[in-house]
Amino acid sequence: MKGLLSNPVLMKELKLRFRAFKSFSGLMFYLAVLIIFVSGFLLIFTQFSTSGFFVPSNSFTMFSVLSVLQMALVMFITPGLTAGAISTEREKQTLNILLTTTQSSSQIIIGKLLSSVAFLILMLIAGLPLYSIVFLFGGVSPGQFFTMFFFYLVTLIAIGSIGIMFSTITKRTIISMIATYGAMIFLGGITAFFFFVGFSLEQMMMSQQQNTQGLTTFLPISYFWASINPGVLILTLLIPDTKTALIDTVGISFPNWIVYLIFYVFITIVCLTIAIRKLRANMKTNR
Amino acid sequence: MIEIQNLTKKFGTFTALDQLTMTVGEGVVFGFVGANGAGKSTTFSILATLLSPSSGDAFINGKSVVKEPKEVRKLIGYMPDFFGVYDQLKTDEYLDFYGACYGLSEKQRKVLIPQLLELVNLTDKRYEYVDLLSRGMKQRLCLARSLIHDPKVLILDEPASGLDPRARVEMREIIKQLKQMGKTILISSHILPELAEMCDEIGVIDRGKLIAHGNVDSIQSKLQGDKNITIKVLHEIEKTVKFLEEDPFVSSIEVLEGNEAITFIYKGTKEEQMKLLQRAIVAGLPVYSFMEDEKDLEDVYMAITKGADSK
Repeated sequence: MKGLLSNPVLMKELKLRFRAFKSFSGLMFYLAVLIIFVSGFLLIFTQFSTSGFFVPSNSFTMFSVLSVLQMALVMFITPGLTAGAISTEREKQTLNILLTTTQSSSQIIIGKLLSSVAFLILMLIAGLPLYSIVFLFGGVSPGQFFTMFFFYLVTLIAIGSIGIMFSTITKRTIISMIATYGAMIFLGGITAFFFFVGFSLEQMMMSQQQNTQGLTTFLPISYFWASINPGVLILTLLIPDTKTALIDTVGISFPNWIVYLIFYVFITIVCLTIAIRKLRANMKTNR
Repeated sequence: MIEIQNLTKKFGTFTALDQLTMTVGEGVVFGFVGANGAGKSTTFSILATLLSPSSGDAFINGKSVVKEPKEVRKLIGYMPDFFGVYDQLKTDEYLDFYGACYGLSEKQRKVLIPQLLELVNLTDKRYEYVDLLSRGMKQRLCLARSLIHDPKVLILDEPASGLDPRARVEMREIIKQLKQMGKTILISSHILPELAEMCDEIGVIDRGKLIAHGNVDSIQSKLQGDKNITIKVLHEIEKTVKFLEEDPFVSSIEVLEGNEAITFIYKGTKEEQMKLLQRAIVAGLPVYSFMEDEKDLEDVYMAITKGADSK
């Protein structure tokens, strides 16, 4: 922790981020979306009446939908915070000066990533009082709650790393931003599409070959696409029936959250390694 | 202190630096002169460890910029020709950030920052946002930043570019102070009279090659070639012309309007030039002025860049 706090890039970024109006307007937007959703949900389930009641199963439904919504918000906001981390410094002509200091490439990249992660964690924490309304009505265990937050963290660090990588290897922020949102859309949407395509191909092959037993080529691939999809992860973590349905469909009982964790940690490591190596691209060494 | 050995940098087919070799001694203020695209900024970028050379190496205090870039960064303070600032930081925070980047403790930074602000005459701007400072103030702040870790070598790429005359004078005075502090300074500029005033040595670079290197006087005499001399005599114009025509080093004799001055081109050495004057006086010519037309550094620079453009 002391080492992190002694990272000057991290401390500078935090200072700049919390002085910028756009940070607080972003936070306000995030909380506003959550408030609108929670209020709307409560009003619909109590049928806009003070005599209405809210059953624990409804609370769980709200928690599930809120979890998916929050994951979507995290995935939407993270590229905006990280995709300009290095390219903005390059555009503002401050990067060259930073690179002539004794800060290593890894210190600079980690400092940039952590400052964005810190702001996103602040967002998640700021949303906790709204999120905790589910506890008021019961139906959700703290374990599920913390599991969700753990996977938010894993996801935002991975997407943040993708953003930092694109920001390092592209010269302009706008290109980096498009590339990062592209990667985010791929992880959040295209993977689900690939899963359905793979599953459909599997069904077609099975009907043609009258083969109804065993694994075929498409199923492990479809399972992989489903496993790395954040939406699928949340549903399988919260609703056991979804998990059973996935296992029944693909015939693989290996926990999908482990695949998710391995994949996103791998993505994080690869992206950060590329960013660190490419930061001083014009130098033969990265020291 | 700075040793550049056969430094070559190629960008595709374009050779920005071509076997550049030179040495700058400790405590020397070295001026780098050359046209745009001559290779000054490329050399500075390599020395500042921002760019790898295609071949060759450079050493700062014995440390290789290629093999020991982190060690080199401790020894140098770099000020690029174009730079930005962080809008939301105050002047002292800006210096504090870079001090931390160089690994200085908070205690050290607290002592150093007021001293540096005083050196660059920005003490009264300590708590102002950097973005609100004028161009000249930002340049001075950037210079203070490059000094935060007390480097032995300063690499200043066009430090006075875009500044008004007052700001240029202020910048020049600061650089003179730094020279007195014993810093080795590598500086590039297009404002050549200023460079001549500040620098102990000058290097002229053209298309990636160092075409001249030495003190300001030697560079001028090396590059200006044939000398234009004007001799003024009281009467005896024809006799003087005849006398000059007999000298093998004299050519292009021209009598100016008013019949008092004669100009000619002289190809001899300074000793031979002195003997010519002695002979003129011994011969009884009424000489009251014998003057070599001095070319200043700007003329020399113009001649070089003109040559580069025409190639």
